[in-house]
Amino acid sequence: MNKKLGRWREPDLSRKLLARVILLARTVAERLGRLPVFMEVCGTHTVAISRTGLRGLLAGYLELRSGPGCPVCVTDGGEIERMIMLARLPEVTVATFGDMLRVPGRDTSLEEERARGARVEVVYSPADAVALAEAHPEKQVVFLGVGFETTAPTVALALAAAAEKKLPNFTVYSAHKLVPPVMRALLHDPGPAVDGFILPGHVCAVTGRAPFDFIAEQYGLPAVITGFEPLDILGSVYRLLEMILSGHVRVLNGYTRVVREAGNREARLIMNKYFRPVDAFWRGFGPVPESGLALRERFGGFDAARRFALPEPATAVREGCRCGDLLRGRINPRQCPLFAAACTPARPVGPCMVSSEGACAAYYQYERNR
Amino acid sequence: MCLGVPGRVVSLEPDGQWAVIETMGLEQKVGVQLVEGVAVGDYLIVHAGYAIEKLDLEDAVERLRLWEEILSRGEDAVGRPAVPAGRGEAAER
Repeated sequence: MNKKLGRWREPDLSRKLLARVILLARTVAERLGRLPVFMEVCGTHTVAISRTGLRGLLAGYLELRSGPGCPVCVTDGGEIERMIMLARLPEVTVATFGDMLRVPGRDTSLEEERARGARVEVVYSPADAVALAEAHPEKQVVFLGVGFETTAPTVALALAAAAEKKLPNFTVYSAHKLVPPVMRALLHDPGPAVDGFILPGHVCAVTGRAPFDFIAEQYGLPAVITGFEPLDILGSVYRLLEMILSGHVRVLNGYTRVVREAGNREARLIMNKYFRPVDAFWRGFGPVPESGLALRERFGGFDAARRFALPEPATAVREGCRCGDLLRGRINPRQCPLFAAACTPARPVGPCMVSSEGACAAYYQYERNR
Repeated sequence: MCLGVPGRVVSLEPDGQWAVIETMGLEQKVGVQLVEGVAVGDYLIVHAGYAIEKLDLEDAVERLRLWEEILSRGEDAVGRPAVPAGRGEAAER
């Protein structure tokens, strides 16, 4: 790590900032007559907040609550079933990010199917899935496209590579999701009383700030684009509290070392070349308008949903699982009766306990004994 | 899943599409098609095998300086740790 960057991790600064945050939080709590609640809308933040102990250190002064920020977790049951159907097709090799492997469907998971003989390969990058298709012309390689605006451009690059190589055996099953539309759905919902948002730094690196401005403009809530060091997260909480106190509510960029004002135009161009926004189902939310990405018509040849005719799947949420309420910010993991009892990482009932970025998995690993 | 890992560019492929970056001693080949004007020595944020943005070192230093300044103001009033140092340490791991 570069020395200059390493200074972002210096304990001394974070400790001082923590003290400031706590003072400010007390003032805000007095004004609100309750503890302020901020939501992190990024699974990587959820993990960082749990792992560093920030959630625990701030408990009693303010609440940090997880939202729909884990792409694996928000993937709808119907989509999980279709992915499993794809893995069962004898000619298909499914290539996927590792987090999807153990997500429980209605009766089985990709991992269980693999144990029964299905070919499911874990890849680190969509480029690896293209290489897999190239190396195995006898197989149909289907890449499971799961992720937000950060990931979709990288999948678009893989599609561009497959198109250039004219690979006849590579397709993408696109279950990509877009963050601003689901935040609209969340804010439209009278459910969670949230006083501000910690916005996903790497999603915003692609989108820029503008798509999130509506949070302040239409809903009068502050939000800060946030990096992933403790100092970044504490800094954003500090600025959220300040904005509440001053009444001057805006959407700020607190991660300027990575997020440019207008985001990454190149990334958006290639994403928009291959994908178009479509209505999509989210776990916990149901249908959300224009919140997913499907392959554009002229790249239909690379669309797994087209190449393989899949029947309408039967879905069912496993009994008692409250992932949906969790993703809407209505509960925290400890408020689910299954948490750390019937539902553990070894025997997960829902995806929030499976994905390393799921709030239940993060609480289980880092905050279970608090 | 939106994990982005910073790494320093060690070398660039002649086609300008790929670069070798170093992260904590490990080298890795990543796609740089999404980021304009990548040069050896640049820091990149890498996600799923592709750089999604450059990391602006100057900005990182400047922001840090601003935080230091803000936090040094009114040191006597609020600078003392509000939580015991032992607990505070957990925040910086």
